[in-house]
Amino acid sequence: MSKYKEILFDPIFKNNPIALQILGICSALAVTTKLETAAVMSLAVLVVVAFSNLFVSLIRNHVPGSIRILVEMTIIASLVIIADQVIKAFLYDISKQLSVYVGLIITNCIVMGRAEAYALKNPPWESFLDGIGNGLGYTVILLAVGFIRELFGSGKLFGFTILPLTNDGGWYMGNGLFLLAPSAFFIIGMFIWVLRTFHPEQVEED
Amino acid sequence: MSNDSIKKTLQVALGVCFVASILVSSAAVGLKPLQEENKKLDLLKNILIAGDLYKEGEDLNKTFKENISPEIIDLATGDVIPKSEYDDELNIDKFNVQVLQSSSKWGEDIPADKDIAGIKRQPKAMAVYRVMKDGKVEKYILPIFGKGLWSTLYGFIALDKDLNTVKGFTFYQHGETPGLGGEVDNPKWKHLWINKKIYDENGKLRIEVIKGVVDASSPDAKYKVDGLSGATLTTRGVSHLVRFWLGEQGYKPFIDKLKGENKNV
Repeated sequence: MSKYKEILFDPIFKNNPIALQILGICSALAVTTKLETAAVMSLAVLVVVAFSNLFVSLIRNHVPGSIRILVEMTIIASLVIIADQVIKAFLYDISKQLSVYVGLIITNCIVMGRAEAYALKNPPWESFLDGIGNGLGYTVILLAVGFIRELFGSGKLFGFTILPLTNDGGWYMGNGLFLLAPSAFFIIGMFIWVLRTFHPEQVEED
Repeated sequence: MSNDSIKKTLQVALGVCFVASILVSSAAVGLKPLQEENKKLDLLKNILIAGDLYKEGEDLNKTFKENISPEIIDLATGDVIPKSEYDDELNIDKFNVQVLQSSSKWGEDIPADKDIAGIKRQPKAMAVYRVMKDGKVEKYILPIFGKGLWSTLYGFIALDKDLNTVKGFTFYQHGETPGLGGEVDNPKWKHLWINKKIYDENGKLRIEVIKGVVDASSPDAKYKVDGLSGATLTTRGVSHLVRFWLGEQGYKPFIDKLKGENKNV
């Protein structure tokens, strides 16, 4: 049982895909101006990485080495298209804000990386849990970044006003930097710093 | 049989592709009606917002039917296009500027010197949504679009029944920088457009967005809207696209024709 627990929870802090493996940064910058989009994007990535791991693992003993990556990409791309279609059908407003970034999950290195590094060598159930764990690792960072950016950038959380903006007659002058992509770099950088203070073994040697 | 034999490779490739294609196509086909419905509702919602008729939680279809009479007009002549000429692309029920813009029948290239909105091609026909009250036209809502800094902005401008006063202004789709150009969505800024005049007494197009703040004491203040600070290029784009669509390439023939009719009555 503890083995499954490790597979599931290790990627959240000990082996976080964004903070330690530095994968999937692109979307972490793009969709985190608001918590709502960050949450939907995280959920989409979580579902895609979990199921791509599951399917790749199910057929891992039959995949010829020569077309290994093609097979993985076909599975990942199909899952992403399905996720995109579902979001467009049920969460139309959010899909408009996420625009191309759902489609770009296909190129998110976390998904491909887990299929290559884990699912090809491990049984389905473990792979599925590994997918969920890595999805959660991605979610934690996106939500943290989204929380900070939305709160300080537009004074809101999930669209509810927390700090009334001067634009709307309140007292808080929104910090525009938090709405631009570079701020996510700073926030992720700080996150990595904090994480490595508590887990010094993550620090790379010079 | 080894996994790397040619036969096995082909089998796996075909098998995976077959299963994947079935899943993807059934998702796409199965969810299409829902997506189309969403798109339509989104458009209705934005038309109602531009006409100041939108209330959260109301049945959009019902509000739309009760208040708005939609038509498609020929931009060059200003005439209404009869329903008998509708086809797959031109149909008020699924009116989509992007489809018309790229259509070979309903779109046309804009000469470079006239293309101030930066859109390269424009539809020859556009929708006009008349807001009706007690059988009379209250407002005209016109779809507009054009280039900002990063993206093409799509929106609506609502005109009063005199066809010279702005009554509403909104964009429903754009990709401008949040906090800077993205402030085109700011309700305060959109409010600045209301009651601005478009043409002067001689019918000359005057409305524009300027850089900085409008001097309220100047006689031209009624034609001018404050620019957004930190968003010079977006502001310029918005100014140009509004002028494009209210000019000769856009709705001006239609507006002139209606004004002529109003005088005769």
